[in-house]
Amino acid sequence: MIPIEKKIDILRIMYLIREFEIASRNIFKAHLAKGEFLGALHNCDGQEAVAASIGAILRKDDYVFTTFRGHGHSIAKGAEPKKMMAELLGKKTGYSKGRGGSMHMFDPSIGLMGGNGVVGGGLTLAVGAALSAQYRCSDQVSVCFFGDGAAAIGAFHEAINLASLWKLPVIFLCENNLWAATTPIKFGCPIENISERAKGYNCVGKSIDGNDVYTVYETFLSAVDRGRNGNGPSLIECKTYRHHPHCMVIPEHRPKDEKQMWLQRDPIPKFEKVLQNENILSNHQQEKIRNEIKKIIAEAIKFAEDSPLPTVDTLYDYIWA
Amino acid sequence: MRDITYTAALREALFEEMEIDESVFLIGEDIADFGGVFGVTKNLLQKFGRKRVCQTPISEGAIIGAAVGAAMTGLRPVAELMYVDFILFAMDQTVNQAAKLRYMSGGTVKVPVVIRAQQGCGTCEAAQHSQQLEAWFMHTPGLKVVIPSNPYDAKGLLKTAIRDDNPVIFLEHRMLYSARQQVPDDTWTIPFGRAEIKKSGKDITVVATSLCVHKALEVAKDNHFDIEVIDPRTLVPLDIDTIAESVVKTGRLLVVHESIAQCGVGAEIIRLITEQYFKAFKTAPKVLGGAYVPMPFAKVLEENAVPQKRDIIETINNMMKE
Repeated sequence: MIPIEKKIDILRIMYLIREFEIASRNIFKAHLAKGEFLGALHNCDGQEAVAASIGAILRKDDYVFTTFRGHGHSIAKGAEPKKMMAELLGKKTGYSKGRGGSMHMFDPSIGLMGGNGVVGGGLTLAVGAALSAQYRCSDQVSVCFFGDGAAAIGAFHEAINLASLWKLPVIFLCENNLWAATTPIKFGCPIENISERAKGYNCVGKSIDGNDVYTVYETFLSAVDRGRNGNGPSLIECKTYRHHPHCMVIPEHRPKDEKQMWLQRDPIPKFEKVLQNENILSNHQQEKIRNEIKKIIAEAIKFAEDSPLPTVDTLYDYIWA
Repeated sequence: MRDITYTAALREALFEEMEIDESVFLIGEDIADFGGVFGVTKNLLQKFGRKRVCQTPISEGAIIGAAVGAAMTGLRPVAELMYVDFILFAMDQTVNQAAKLRYMSGGTVKVPVVIRAQQGCGTCEAAQHSQQLEAWFMHTPGLKVVIPSNPYDAKGLLKTAIRDDNPVIFLEHRMLYSARQQVPDDTWTIPFGRAEIKKSGKDITVVATSLCVHKALEVAKDNHFDIEVIDPRTLVPLDIDTIAESVVKTGRLLVVHESIAQCGVGAEIIRLITEQYFKAFKTAPKVLGGAYVPMPFAKVLEENAVPQKRDIIETINNMMKE
């Protein structure tokens, strides 16, 4: 059973992710209107249940390797919205001091090992972090987020194969949002469930409803336990959907009825209803949390806008340690 | 003093660094029970155990990726690639990840990984086992590139590479593994970015790397011109000052390497020198590098695809005429 406070925390993080994504889109559009291009922006609205549930389970010292669609995972791992927003604007105060942007938020001090711009780029790195945890005899786990598209790259095979051979504490967390950029899953994957591949590596595989907080929580919790207890990796596939196209520069191209169906399964109202039915969440409380979140986002935007840009003389800083 | 091979020198460096620092470990193919296809890691399994000598399946992407991930999280991995040709499976992990993580993270992530790779030609192994790719890595900001030409440098530079907090590409020439040299009894390190003047001279500067250092030295020994031979030892960082000083003295610059000349190491060295010291030249600088061809199999073709002593002599003679 999930403790009540944890349930409210999960909802709060889901709100925070959603509001961050809405704000980031607005900022991106406002800059675009002025002729300024803020790089690529890959939003994760619709996938919040996965990030928030997992964030509620992981310890601060566990590792998370995320993707170009990584704002939600970063927030769930404890990243500060103001430093994320500053990074989106390329500011000196951002997580990567203006070197990374939307796709590359890092904070090793909270186990956030960064967003990766390369599809599947984190798969083998997460195996290395897990190897490091095993080597140091810590009971940390390493979580690698990736999409259905990344399940088609060669490194997916190499990473799971090695992790299973060496019983490494990795959780391969596939967010299958049914589209790899503009390519539907049926053109990229010949099987119904990506987790079926786990069998080929002698590790545990599960495919679940990624929009259901309790399902994600329970499944992920057992995968984390397996990792911490030295029983090796897990491959979890969370079926979910992003509410927006691949990134800001790609217009909506997905079938209307498909999108409509998934909007009705939006994880946020779905989880609100669950908590209301359990008498954990009142309308008043819901409103109060939403307002807190709106305030955090407003402050983050102000912090980001007020922050200085990196100075040109620092161009070559941070190439070398 | 004592006599050791390039292979033994590398093994000593690994052994010593693993003894000093618990966070140093090895990862690669065939490196444990067999001791590496070229024997560099022989007996290290017996001394350090499987935890620290991690033998992998044939998965170059996972070898380098796991090494990078481990480096990001507090360890100092030394990855071995049997042939540098196979790093092409791991170019994402090497170029997109290892090289860029520190910069992309605004200096918050550290990647102290060494990627050792064997390269070179001379054994008729054709196009997919004979490439020499140092120029590719020099082109990538964030990678240090080390290319030792003798046992003393191999040991000293590998120890420095392991202690460095950045990704280091360490390129070993397979024709050098059996090279022998007198070295000190005690241990040593060699700092990066310090070229060595192997032989001083006043007529022409010959910058040579890896196996070509030996070819250049042999030419210099019996030549009627007074040839200065410089081994940069590390290409990133590159000790351009030592080369420049020599060119200012001799007025002539020849760069010799087996890796392909096109867009290569020599082209870059000449760019750097020409931009600043153009007036020092008495004659046009020249590169003797690998031919623009996939390495052929037949001995007679292979030999002619890389600079030989006769090519160096002929080029020097021509440059000295001008």
